[in-house]
Amino acid sequence: MTDLYTSQRAMRNMRRAAMQRGVIAILDVGTSKIACLILRFDGPDRLREQDGVGPMAGQSQFRVIGAATTRSRGVRFGEIAVMNETERAIRTAVQAAQKMANVRVDHVIACFSGAEPRSYGLAGELDLQDSVVTEQDVSRVLASCDVPDLGQGREVLHAQPVNFALDHRSGLGDPRGQIGHRLAVDMHLLSVDGDVVQNLLYCIKRCDLELAGIASSAYASAISSLVEDEQELGAACIDMGGGATGISIFMKKHMIYADSVRMGGDHVTSDVSKGLQIPLVTAEKIKTRHGGLYATGMDDREMIDIGGDSGDWEKDRRQISRTELIGIMRPRVEEILEEVRATLDAAGFDTLPSQQIVLTGGGSQIPGLDGIATRILGQRVRLGRPLRVQGLPQAATGAAFASAVGLCLFAAHPQDEWWDFEIPAERYPARSLRRAVKWFKDNW
Amino acid sequence: MQSLIARRPASRVRRDPAPSKWSYRVQRWMLTPYVRSFVLKGLPMLMLVGAGALWLSHEPNRQELIGQLTHLREEFEARPEFRVSLARVEGATDDLAEAVRLKLALPLPMSSFDIDLDAARARIETLDAVQKADLRVRSGGVLQVLITERVPVAVWRTEDGLTLVDETGHRVAGLLSRADRADLPLIAGLGADEATPEALDLIAAAGPLTPRLRGLVRMGERRWDVVLDRNQRILLPEQKPVQAFERLLALDHAQDLMNRDILTVDLRSDHRPTLRLTPNALAEIRRAQGLETVENEL
Repeated sequence: MTDLYTSQRAMRNMRRAAMQRGVIAILDVGTSKIACLILRFDGPDRLREQDGVGPMAGQSQFRVIGAATTRSRGVRFGEIAVMNETERAIRTAVQAAQKMANVRVDHVIACFSGAEPRSYGLAGELDLQDSVVTEQDVSRVLASCDVPDLGQGREVLHAQPVNFALDHRSGLGDPRGQIGHRLAVDMHLLSVDGDVVQNLLYCIKRCDLELAGIASSAYASAISSLVEDEQELGAACIDMGGGATGISIFMKKHMIYADSVRMGGDHVTSDVSKGLQIPLVTAEKIKTRHGGLYATGMDDREMIDIGGDSGDWEKDRRQISRTELIGIMRPRVEEILEEVRATLDAAGFDTLPSQQIVLTGGGSQIPGLDGIATRILGQRVRLGRPLRVQGLPQAATGAAFASAVGLCLFAAHPQDEWWDFEIPAERYPARSLRRAVKWFKDNW
Repeated sequence: MQSLIARRPASRVRRDPAPSKWSYRVQRWMLTPYVRSFVLKGLPMLMLVGAGALWLSHEPNRQELIGQLTHLREEFEARPEFRVSLARVEGATDDLAEAVRLKLALPLPMSSFDIDLDAARARIETLDAVQKADLRVRSGGVLQVLITERVPVAVWRTEDGLTLVDETGHRVAGLLSRADRADLPLIAGLGADEATPEALDLIAAAGPLTPRLRGLVRMGERRWDVVLDRNQRILLPEQKPVQAFERLLALDHAQDLMNRDILTVDLRSDHRPTLRLTPNALAEIRRAQGLETVENEL
């Protein structure tokens, strides 16, 4: 636990160093594509005069100067399966983005969707020594949270204080300097499989890059595709990726729950491939070009050449109607959405005041998805596209780039995490004193 | 004969253009700002400089380069546009012009690059009669020498002879006889030339005594004596001689002093003028006062 704590701390320092150098890379390691964006930080107020919209929630700080995306290799369910292949794919993306930006980047912030995230809500409370809440008190109350048993080999990816309460006054964003007797905190902790994170770290290290931060892609895509009032009032963001579908629930601008369903667009493609007996590449092409979820009478007459390479005339001249394609795709999409529904029910999403659901990610571009999602998930469903950031190429503004854009915002304005606060004073000296005594014992 | 196995095009799957580890590293290295600027700017410049230095390090090459440069320069300087073929002396009398031409001593025609105008000017200005010389190369290959002559304002008599001096006391020319320049005042004595401006002031102040003025004598290189006809002398003080002289003129105007029988008027003490009478006048005045003096050999 402390290991990852310190490494997260080190990453924060790395991020600060990168901000000082002014260039940082964003890496979205997905199942179907790997995207790399390069951001340049120009200082806070470069845009203010010309567009007159104020600091734009901190986005005017940075500008995307390089963007590249490549087909992902060796990634399954958002986890690295073949390290060499993934390393090559990351190299391809980073090299192309560097070439476009014409700068060298050394620091990278990465996100991934797999590794079975699990959410925990923690609570801690503390009697204040003097009545004013200080920074140390906040650290201490965070330290007083009792951490549940995360399981074998699991590590903490996010640990964000969501809510502070001071003597029955709840909903405080920042309790420092306020007066009270008893400080309580609610914290959201997201744990992931440690091995997956280690693999990703190792892979990025082999590309001569240094990791300046790591995030869950469900969290990152929610930052970019939920608008401000949705984040405030409560909403769920469903990031339909290639190999995994990430779910994150936001409330009062904090993530309160995250999970992922290990199914995504690739499964739809493999269904098409199996059902029509065509290669995966062709299946992907047919899915993106002709795919849909609602069949109409028109679709019976729209015939699609599915082709083949067998040399057999009958096989190579096959045609299917679009209705057939829809018939293959729809059950799988329904299955994914039902899994999502089950996850949301388990999280208690129906008790939130606002139950907005935002679909994003590459899989959300299937025509007719909003209709079917309305029937399964609830009435308030919309398709989300990521926020527009400066300098982002037109090709990278689609829903598939929600998590990459979210990571840009995360890089510019990370939310407070557990490790951003100081180590509580009473723990720190004891350990170092013990260490000093040990050193003396060892050496004399 | 035909192959029984049908040749099919290779798999349609596009190979991913993943860079090799080393190409990736080289590209990143090249994007490092220092390396990049060095390779793009520093290295070519270094190579150019190195090649040049290598070529120059060979002695014959260097000689050839210097020879070519010199040749180019000479060729350029020898162009007819820069040739000076005539020296025109202006603002001088004929004698002086001749002397200036002799002093100039330039082997015309020659290139204007080769003429050292400053040295030529210095040479011309060594002539006493030349106050200032302006040399310039005019279009058409003419070297124009503008001479400002010294104007003689006084004749200085020394033991060696007569000299004309200008208002600063500088020698202008020699003079054979005083009669040649009877219009100029005469000054004499050692160091008289250096005090010429003062002498001119005194002569200007002479006023009614001008017709009687014969000249000024510098005494001991510090003060002036005004010599009038009938061998009368006015001894002027070292300080403020003009004022003293004017006082004397006022005295003369009031009492007709200088027409009397006196030898000298000594103005060296500004409290009182001292007169020296001629022996006749002295005897006369004593006789009038009833004083009998015994004249002896002493």
